[in-house]
Amino acid sequence: MATRQRPISPFMIGPYYRPQLTSVLSIIHRGTGVFLVLGALMLVAYLLAAASGPQAFATANACAYSLPGKGFALASLFALAYHFFNGVRHLLWDIGWGYELSRTYATGYAVVALSILSTFAIAMLAWNAGGAA
Amino acid sequence: MSLRDPLAIARGLGPAKEGLHHWWVLRLSSVALMLLTPWFVWFALSLVGADLGTVRATVGDPLQATLLLAFVGTMFWHAQLGLQVVVEDYVHGWLELALQILIKFTCALAALASALAIGRLVFSA
Repeated sequence: MATRQRPISPFMIGPYYRPQLTSVLSIIHRGTGVFLVLGALMLVAYLLAAASGPQAFATANACAYSLPGKGFALASLFALAYHFFNGVRHLLWDIGWGYELSRTYATGYAVVALSILSTFAIAMLAWNAGGAA
Repeated sequence: MSLRDPLAIARGLGPAKEGLHHWWVLRLSSVALMLLTPWFVWFALSLVGADLGTVRATVGDPLQATLLLAFVGTMFWHAQLGLQVVVEDYVHGWLELALQILIKFTCALAALASALAIGRLVFSA
């Protein structure tokens, strides 16, 4: 038996294995999932601030409507949209649909398009709802 | 050479047989989130630029509060299952154990804190 260290699954991508749409979308699903936990914690902070009273709520709003706050919200929105659409793609695989290579690529491109379009649309709605805020 | 039956060594080293349950619960929570997330986006949009009175009135509505509680609870349930797998795949050694404990504690605390916050907003509305 050879004893040298061989590259294993997640570390294959890059030097040993050309990135493809399938593998890249897969790792983005994980990345957006981890990032969304930060967004979820921000939601908890917002709810706690609102429950605590006017002073805490004002502080939370000052953070949320600052430029970094808006940037974080936009990033979270994209992560949510991507994780949502690609999650549906995963559930379709789980019921046995969409394993043909052509269909896997078609749904992959659809996920990317839907994520970008819905992020843009919802961000526009939020922009209009927020007014000058 | 040992005369011990190899079965004695192999016994207990198989799978813990909890993997299927983990897989199923991750899917079950994702189905729930697939249904709740469109509602949450609409809910969050309705709170953009809202003052405290509006937040209290919106979250104070029993139906909205129920859905928000369901969304946040399911989300942290789903999050700790997903993060667990990510850590299992990429982190090893003592840091793996520390992160797994941190993830479980953080998600449990976050879910409890949101339940408390939503409850206070509902009962003071």
